[in-house]
Amino acid sequence: MTQALATTPQTVSTARLSSWSLLLNNRLAAAGLLVLAVIGLIALLAPWLPIPNPNATLPANRLQPVLSEGHLLGTDHLGRDILARLIWGTRVSIAVGLSATAIAALIGSVIGLVSGYARGVTDNILMRGIDMLMAFPYILLALAIVAVLGPGLLNALYAIAIVNIPFFARNVRGVTVGLASREFVDAARLSGKSHAAILFTEVLPNVLPVIVITMSTTVGWMILETAGLSFLGLGAQPPQSDLGSMLGEGRRLLFNAPHVSIIPGLMIFALVMSINLLGDGVRDVLDPRLRAGDLTRPQAVTRFDRRTQPPQPSGARDILEVESLETSFQRGRATVPAVRNISFTLGKGECFGLIGESGSGKSVTALSLLGLVASPPGIITGGTVRIEGEDVFSRSETGIRALRGAKVAYVFQDPLTTLHPLYRVGEQIAEAILAHKRIGKTEARARAIALMEKVGIRDANERVDAFPHEMSGGQRQRIGIAMALANDPDIIIADEPTTALDVTVQAKILDLLQDLRRERGLALLLITHDFGVVAQMCDRVAVMKDGEIVECGRTADVLRAPRHEYTRKLIACVPELGQGKAFLESVRPLFAEVKP
Amino acid sequence: MSDAIVVTNLRKTFGGRRNILGSASHSVHAVKGVSFALRQGETLAIVGESGSGKSTIARMLVGLETPSSGTMEIDGQDAATLRARGSKAFGRTIQYVFQDPVASLNPRKTIDKILDVPLRLLRNYDGSTRAARKRELLDAVKMPKDTLERYPHEFSGGQAQRIAIARALAAEAKIMVLDEPVSALDVSVQAQVLLLLDELKSRFGLSYLFISHDLAVVESVSDRVAVMYLGEMVELDTAANLFAAPRHDYTRELIASAPRLNAASLQDP
Repeated sequence: MTQALATTPQTVSTARLSSWSLLLNNRLAAAGLLVLAVIGLIALLAPWLPIPNPNATLPANRLQPVLSEGHLLGTDHLGRDILARLIWGTRVSIAVGLSATAIAALIGSVIGLVSGYARGVTDNILMRGIDMLMAFPYILLALAIVAVLGPGLLNALYAIAIVNIPFFARNVRGVTVGLASREFVDAARLSGKSHAAILFTEVLPNVLPVIVITMSTTVGWMILETAGLSFLGLGAQPPQSDLGSMLGEGRRLLFNAPHVSIIPGLMIFALVMSINLLGDGVRDVLDPRLRAGDLTRPQAVTRFDRRTQPPQPSGARDILEVESLETSFQRGRATVPAVRNISFTLGKGECFGLIGESGSGKSVTALSLLGLVASPPGIITGGTVRIEGEDVFSRSETGIRALRGAKVAYVFQDPLTTLHPLYRVGEQIAEAILAHKRIGKTEARARAIALMEKVGIRDANERVDAFPHEMSGGQRQRIGIAMALANDPDIIIADEPTTALDVTVQAKILDLLQDLRRERGLALLLITHDFGVVAQMCDRVAVMKDGEIVECGRTADVLRAPRHEYTRKLIACVPELGQGKAFLESVRPLFAEVKP
Repeated sequence: MSDAIVVTNLRKTFGGRRNILGSASHSVHAVKGVSFALRQGETLAIVGESGSGKSTIARMLVGLETPSSGTMEIDGQDAATLRARGSKAFGRTIQYVFQDPVASLNPRKTIDKILDVPLRLLRNYDGSTRAARKRELLDAVKMPKDTLERYPHEFSGGQAQRIAIARALAAEAKIMVLDEPVSALDVSVQAQVLLLLDELKSRFGLSYLFISHDLAVVESVSDRVAVMYLGEMVELDTAANLFAAPRHDYTRELIASAPRLNAASLQDP
């Protein structure tokens, strides 16, 4: 994506919110952290707290109620202090939960890493093993393991760790598969690293966040499972206390002394709830997408907060007029303009080019015209866009939506990402028609076929039922253009329409756009980084740099006699066929001063 | 002196393996019997569109893929022998520069660590030599000294490509395979990287196999040009001859399709 974020000036304070403040911004996660911290602290300090021995029995004093003398939470059926047992039991439960998580994470991650990196037979054997582990109900598996190893807290821990290995193995494998085909892994191989070294020094650091996230979300679950096994009498053995066994012992007394089972139950609830809330918070913080903005989901609608609004001129002539448009991005707590003071006009039947390097703000400009910049972080902070003299941003959201597709249509760079992979192309074109016209399905399909013929797809009758992946890049882009044409728009905004295509295909797509423009009197706004494309297509061109238009004029004039220094340098840097090795000699002086 | 690379009748077929039931899976002939030679100190360009097999050739030459048949001789040594001696032997003889510079650098490693690997594993230098070499390499690709402590995401595409080139240079191999080294870069940055590559070539006596889809770029850097079409090499000639008088129809179409700056003056004078 050619977002203009990279070019924002460094002087403005754009400090990212730190992980801590992000976590604390999330109220539920902060509450979870607080509860967990209190519980954890008390559990840690258990040996030094003024509480009685949790295992000291005193049958005479049995089943004291809550708030009785010397026993704040009462006593159980053997006269043991429930508060003491609760604190010591929590200690045990947390310790078991954490160690089971650590074991499961270690073994599961290694399995996931190896099978995701090795693929093939190794992957198959390991993952089918994991599948078998997952196919058993977890409690049955844990019971079987404990049955073999014998009851006891340590064996319960092993059982729970084994049961949870698939979680880690599958998550880690998924991420590793993606990473293993990345170029930096190939690069490490060419640098002489062995497979094991690549796996643990190149891939593992990139997988680590996933492991941490999975750990934070499974600890609570593991504590619950430990409690479950202890409840069944397979975990902690008497007299050792743990939350699950306390619950199990209290179960028999549920009617005459409910507090004996309710108190450990509440503790489990508080513990697991706080860990899960915190785990969700941690996941949100580590998610890079949520980090980049704030913790809200971006909406497809751009927020308008216009500080300046040029007056409506009388007697507008051009079909599209952009006047001092400014779009800004929120970065941290500051708002930084990405494009400033953009003004241009587009006449009927004209092709206007917007050219610039990555980060120059050309795509942001294109998306801003119909309010398609995602908010947050994008906000339109000034200027107007007039279509046939009418201010677009003064319209309601439904009003703007009515313009999209009908009056103004977009063609994007990569048709593979803009076409839905699971729908047939014909259905997608028909959908575009039906969004604006009330016609029957069969008629829409007929029109879709006609459109496909229009954009030069042979055998449109058969290809209408093809899926996007069954078509070549050039054909997909033709479908993209057909969708744009679906409602006879007056303006087409084409954002790098041929960048992803081969030159021979590019030439054909550009010809198609040119023909359509002449035939239908379309106004074409062409966004590109390629001077060759501009030279071939555009009547007029604007050169963008760092979010501003530095030069605007007739294409022939701009290319032949560029006025701005930047344009001159850019054009000089474009190699021309026929220049040969003279090209390098001609650009060498331009960068002579760059040498340190 | 022998040629840097000699490739004879090289083939690569993906898929086509027989499964348990004995039926062959769908196979793709990516490279169909290609032969060429890269001379010492030369830049040989391979041009072609997506799917023409040019990247597959590059990946086979550096040992990332194994050819289905045919022989490759790299710096006078048979590639199969090199492969048998392990990936390190390959890395010392031939190096590779990737198309997407940012993706080819591990996002969680500092540049210091990234450059350290080839120096340590391929050259076996001790600590102080490595530190000195890293400074020299950064100097050669014109990057500032503080580059070492920084992470890949702190650099622009052009800077990242300089770092990737420095990593390839670190192995001190004399043959470089450049797979679309400038196609992900903006034009002004592209020109700078081309200049840098040209300079490094004469300074270190390198031979380049330059893979690209951009004819104008290819013409400006290469001595000879090979055109790939659907896995076959349809034409191989000196750059001057090929662009002046293309013999194959496909080459002619490629040249005709390339957008030109002077089109505007032709369109409306």
